[in-house]
Amino acid sequence: MPIKLPSFRPRKDAYPPDLWTKCPSCSEMLFNKQLDKADRVCPTCGHHFRLSAGARLESLLDRDSFRELDAGLQSLDPLGFVDQKPYPDRIAAAQLATGLRDAAVRGVGTIEGRPVSICVMDFGFMGGSMGAVVGEKVTRAAEQALVARMPLIVVSASGGARMQEGTLALMQLAKTCAALERLRAARVPYLSIMSDPTTGGVFASYAVLGDVNLAEPNALIGFAGARVTAGTIAQELPAGFQRAEFLYEHGFIDRVVHRRELRHEVALLLRYLAPAVLDTNGTTAEARPAFDPIGFLSSLAERVVPDLAPAEPPAPAEPMAAPEPAAPAEPAESATAAMPEPATARTDAGDPAEPEPEPVSARRAPEASDG
Amino acid sequence: MVDRLLGRNREAPPDAPVDARTAVWNRVQLARNIRRPRTLELLGGMADEIIELHGDRGFGDDAAIVAGFARLDGHRIAFVGQQKGADTEENIRRNFGMPHPEGYRKAMRVMELAERLGLPIVTFVDVPGAHPGPESEERGIADAIARSVGLMSRLRTPIVAVITGEGGSGGALAIAVGDVVIALENAVYSVISPEGCASILWRTADEAATAALAMRMTADDQLALGVVDIVVPEPGEGAHADPEEMARRLRPVIVGELERLGRMTPDELVDARYRRYRVLGAYTEVAAPAAAVPPTRGLGDRLRELLDPTRWSGGNPIPGSSRRDEPPAREEV
Ligand SMILES: [Zn+2]
Repeated sequence: MPIKLPSFRPRKDAYPPDLWTKCPSCSEMLFNKQLDKADRVCPTCGHHFRLSAGARLESLLDRDSFRELDAGLQSLDPLGFVDQKPYPDRIAAAQLATGLRDAAVRGVGTIEGRPVSICVMDFGFMGGSMGAVVGEKVTRAAEQALVARMPLIVVSASGGARMQEGTLALMQLAKTCAALERLRAARVPYLSIMSDPTTGGVFASYAVLGDVNLAEPNALIGFAGARVTAGTIAQELPAGFQRAEFLYEHGFIDRVVHRRELRHEVALLLRYLAPAVLDTNGTTAEARPAFDPIGFLSSLAERVVPDLAPAEPPAPAEPMAAPEPAAPAEPAESATAAMPEPATARTDAGDPAEPEPEPVSARRAPEASDG
Repeated sequence: MVDRLLGRNREAPPDAPVDARTAVWNRVQLARNIRRPRTLELLGGMADEIIELHGDRGFGDDAAIVAGFARLDGHRIAFVGQQKGADTEENIRRNFGMPHPEGYRKAMRVMELAERLGLPIVTFVDVPGAHPGPESEERGIADAIARSVGLMSRLRTPIVAVITGEGGSGGALAIAVGDVVIALENAVYSVISPEGCASILWRTADEAATAALAMRMTADDQLALGVVDIVVPEPGEGAHADPEEMARRLRPVIVGELERLGRMTPDELVDARYRRYRVLGAYTEVAAPAAAVPPTRGLGDRLRELLDPTRWSGGNPIPGSSRRDEPPAREEV
C-alpha cells in the first residue's frame, strides 16, 4: 500500500493553520503574526486568546528584567496514577508540547522599574492544572515576596487541581493560602490576575485571594465546572455565568482589564501596592519601592531600601529568554475543577464491606510529627 | 480467556484489580451511607453538652454546616462540621450536606471566636462537595473556601480535624486544615468525586470505582500519603452499625490530641501547622530546564532524558522517591 505523503501546499479554499487562526468569537480569520503583535487579542471583536507563560511574562514585565527561578521543579507520581495513560506519560507529552516542566513559571522581574515576585500559569500544560509543582512555585513566590518585601503577582490560567496527584494536589490549596496569609500579616501586597480560565481549586485558593483582583474580559472564572452546575442543578444559568464580568458584578473582582491596558494598570497599581517598610521600632513607615535588583535579591527582611525612585523609563516589551511553548490544545485532558457531586439524594443500602476483626487502637502515621 | 481479559465474563473469579476496585468502592459506599453518624450524632455520643450557634451575620444560616460550643471530657471546645440529613426531608433542609458560602462564613465566625476565647477547635468533615449552584457562585463559594483555609492556617489555637465520611475536595478542606487530621476507617478523602474524575479522565461516570482506586482515597491510603495522621477503626460493619460505639472510640483520640496540642504554645502550633502543609506534595528538582534540551536530538532521546530518574537530583521534599508505588513521606519537622 503506497504511503500518502501529506501535502504542505495550501489548497485554495483552506487557510494553512500555522499562518491563520480563526477567532472562535467572531469567526474572523486572523493572521497569526498580527495576532501575536496584538497580544493575541482579536482586533475585530476583542476576543482574548490564551497566552503562554512566556508571552504573558513578556507582555507584563520590563524587557529583559525576568529572571526565572526554580525552573527545574518537576512533579513526581505519588499515586502511581494511570487512567487511559500513565501520569508520567502525560507529563512528558506536555513537556514536549510546551517546553515547560510544569504549568507554572516563576521568578523575579520589574514592571516600570518596580521589582515584583511573579508566578504565571500556562494553560497549555495539562490545562494549567495545579499539582505539587504549581503549588510549590506559587508558595515560593509568596515566600520570596515576603522575605525580600516586594509585591507578589500571580497570573492564573487553570482548570483547577490536578486529579492525577489526588489529595496531594488538594493540599496545595492549603499550602498556598497559608503562605498568602503570612504575606498579608507582613503587609506585603498581592495582586491576582485571572485569565481564561481560572476555575476550581486555583480560583478557590490563591487566585481569589488577591488584595486586588484583576481579570481579563470574558475570562471563565468559577468554582464548579459550568457543565456540572448546569447538569446537576435543575435551573437555568444566569447570562454570562462564571465570566469575568459576572464575578465583577458580584463583587469578587476589582477591575476587568483589556489585555492591552493590563501592563499599564498593573504599573499604576504597584505605586499603591508597595510593601509596608518596617522601621527600627518594628512599626511601619511609608513604603518606597526599590528597584535595585541586587537589593531585592539579597533577601533581607529587615533591610530598608532608602528612598529610590524607579529609574528606568518603561521599555517596550520584547521577546525574552523565557521558553516559548507551543499552542495549547488539550483542554479535554486537563484536570478540571474539583467539583462536587450531583445534588440528588443518595439512598444507600448500606451493604457491608469486608467485616474483619479490628484492633480498637487508632493507627498513626509513622511520619507524623510528634512535636 | 479473551472475555476474561476484557472483563466481560462476570461469572469468572474477578482479577485482582477488580477486587481492589470493589473493596475501594465499598468504602466509598460506606462513607456515603445515609445512616452514618454525622457531626451532631458523633458529638452527642461524646460531649457532656452542646450549644449550637447559628448564622454568618451577613446572609443567613446554612443548615449544611453546624457550629457551636461543646464540652468533651471537661475540655471546652468550639466545633464546626458538615451535617447531612438522616432522611430525605432533613436532607432537603440541609441541602444534602453541601454548604453554601454562608455556611463556611459561619464556620469562620465561630473559629475566630474560638481563637479569641482561647478554645481549641474540633471539626467534623463529611461533604460531597460545596454546593455547585449559581447562588453559591454569586455569593462567592471560592472566596469563602479560600478564606476559611487561610484562616485555619493561622489561628492561634489547637485545631483537630476529623474526616468522618466523605472528604469531598475544597468543600472538605475548607474546614479540614488542622494540627492533626484524623479519619474514621471508612472515610474517604479526594480532590474530586470519583464520578467527576471518571467522567473527565475516562469519559464516563461508570468508571467511578476505577477512579476511586486510582485516586487512593481511602483513609489508609491517605494515612500513607501523609494527608491524614490517625485512622480510627470503626465498629462492626461500619460506623452506621453502632454510632455510639463509634463515638466511644473517637472520643479518647480527640481528647488525647487536644491535650497534646494544649501543651504547645500558639507560636509552636502555628509554625508546626504551616510546616505540616508546606511539605505536602511530591516533586523533584531536575538540573536543566526543559527548554535546554538540544532540539537536534530525536524525540525518543528527549523522552528518555526527561524520564531518566538518574538525572534527578533527589527528592525534595521526597528524598529519592521516584518509585511509582512509593507514597511520599512527610518530611520531619
Ligand atoms: Zn474575533
